[in-house]
Amino acid sequence: MTTETEHVDSVKTYAVVWIALLILTALTTGVAYIDLGPFSVVVALTIAVCKMLLVALFFMHVRHSTKLTKLVVLGGLLWLAILLSLTMADFATRSWIGA
Amino acid sequence: MTTAVAEERETYLNAGHGVKSWLLTKDHKRIGLLYLFTITFFFFIGGVFATLIRLELLSPHGNLVSSETYNKLFTMHGVVMVFFFLIPSIPATLGNFFLPLMIGARDLAFPRINLLSWYLLVIGGLFAIFAMVAGGVDTGWTFYTPYSTSYSNTWVIATALGIFVAGFSSILTGLNFIVTVHRMRCPGMTWFRMPLFVWAHYATALIQVLGTPVLAVTLVLVLCERMFHIGIFDPALGGDPVLFQHLFWFYSHPAVYIMILPAMGVISELVSTFSRKAIFGYGFVAFSSVAIAVLGFLVWGHHLFVSGQSLFAGMVFSFLSYFVAIPSAIKVFNWTATLYKGSISYATPMLYAFGFIGLFTIGGLTGLFVACLGIDVHVTDTYFVVAHFHYIMVGGAIMGYLGGLHYWWPKITGRMYPEGWAKLSALVIFLGFNLTFFPQFMLGYLGMPRRYHVYPDEFQVLHVLSTAGASVLAVGYLMPLIYFMWSLKYGAIAGRNPWKATGLEWQTDSPPPVHNFDEIPIVTREAYDYSGTVGQEVQVG
Ligand code: HEM
Ligand SMILES: [Cu+2]
Repeated sequence: MTTETEHVDSVKTYAVVWIALLILTALTTGVAYIDLGPFSVVVALTIAVCKMLLVALFFMHVRHSTKLTKLVVLGGLLWLAILLSLTMADFATRSWIGA
Repeated sequence: MTTAVAEERETYLNAGHGVKSWLLTKDHKRIGLLYLFTITFFFFIGGVFATLIRLELLSPHGNLVSSETYNKLFTMHGVVMVFFFLIPSIPATLGNFFLPLMIGARDLAFPRINLLSWYLLVIGGLFAIFAMVAGGVDTGWTFYTPYSTSYSNTWVIATALGIFVAGFSSILTGLNFIVTVHRMRCPGMTWFRMPLFVWAHYATALIQVLGTPVLAVTLVLVLCERMFHIGIFDPALGGDPVLFQHLFWFYSHPAVYIMILPAMGVISELVSTFSRKAIFGYGFVAFSSVAIAVLGFLVWGHHLFVSGQSLFAGMVFSFLSYFVAIPSAIKVFNWTATLYKGSISYATPMLYAFGFIGLFTIGGLTGLFVACLGIDVHVTDTYFVVAHFHYIMVGGAIMGYLGGLHYWWPKITGRMYPEGWAKLSALVIFLGFNLTFFPQFMLGYLGMPRRYHVYPDEFQVLHVLSTAGASVLAVGYLMPLIYFMWSLKYGAIAGRNPWKATGLEWQTDSPPPVHNFDEIPIVTREAYDYSGTVGQEVQVG
């Protein structure tokens, strides 16, 4: 296949992203010890999403990828959203009527 | 037609000899054949289980096998047929072989990954075979929790691992097809000149890539709960059993379109070739494949109507299910419209196409019955559902597969199959199929539950009819196995284009050379451009 000129981030950028990931991991662990009630899940998932974005954008080079690649990534996220939202359409409404 | 030089010419078949040249091949055509052998093997294993099921149901008292054995029989029948035969069937054999040829490419985008995908199917299959030989599995092909995670003491883990591995085979095939369609089309082969077979496979590939990972994750969760008692699905461990059904059907409803879409692609080719006409409404048929792929992901909850899923979700899923019928109906109407004023010939592949259209329509319409909340409460988990999905998966998908196999057999092997025998077998299959499965609609409507081997005496007549049909069907399936092998040696030499069809695959030799085309073709016309050949029916030999 054709060798496209690859956009490579500097080692420094990678190092910063890596450290950010470590800090976020520590944060997740730390927050687990604080009782936030139902919000502990929200916080944990928010941190996880941030880490996912860092990995996808920097380590997986999505930031510098073609539109088609970005579309593929968005497609995956959209399908995840379908899975979660229609499943919740059941779970969140079980108390509504009868059943 | 000049066929005298056929012996000397180098083809993909004689370009290398010995087991190694096959097991290490990167040629999409050889890999297609490897898949063909593999899934044929699994088809007959699944068939053995089906035979035993039908024999048992001859009598209402369950006196051939024990209840435990019966549970294993229908489970292994379903597992083998779905995951090791139907999912790979058309894409991995005909798709593998013809997708590159039809878009004027020399191979798939990733030949090594293609070979890897075959190995994954074989490895997954070995796990499943191990499970079957070691004692079998009894959860149903659907692995419902908490039975599969906490109670069944059969070989759930080995079977699930096998399906997990085979799933990656399917993902890799899909990935390969997507990249191939994007990057490997020959000059002039624009998206809207692609044969509808290719569109159908592109849509199928999207489902394979987007859906199968969810199945893999779900099976891993089942294994985690079964092996380490991590509570995910089992209420006793704090889990939610309906969550399993959501995850499972998020894959498995779209998976039914992995089975049917490629067959629809085949039917488009057949209808066009044997009516000597372009498919009516090409764009609609192409986009309906993509629409089915997308909408197919929004309806899975119709398998959960009586599971304890909320009524609201049931209504949403029922409503959405009706939308899937639209693109499916578009296809059926457009094939039918294509026939109008066509020069129709009744060669064997076309007989299969007619069979497909009729049986798929029955299967699809009964899908609408079961997608209706009120009716489904009555017929769910009965033979009505069994009949519904067999009309689609056997009457639809396998008809498409066999039609395609006959249609492209001359290209694959360079030889014609015997037309008379083939027509006879198509007829036997059609009759046997209906005799097997139509009584099951009636049984189900009368209340015969699925997955039971003891039943009230008054159902026996219909069960006997069904078993009789299954015997006829078995004969119909054995016939092609025999005459296809016979044709390898004795079949008439086919020549490049025995059907006088327009696709690029017919412009190269039969069997094709290793790199498919001596010269990469340049496409200047739409697909199915039969103008100038009007009135010339295909000569059936
Ligand atoms: C087009 C190809 C189709 C295939 C291959 C297919 C296949 C299947 C299979 C395998 C099952 C049974 C699953 C099980 O419980 O073991 C099933 C059930 C069902 N199908 Fe289809 N189906 C198709 C189309 C449709 C359509 C178009 C609809 C509705 C619009 C539909 C609605 C349903 C419903 C509601 C059930 C569940 C019935 C029940 O369990 O009570 N199907 N189908
Ligand atoms: Cu479904």
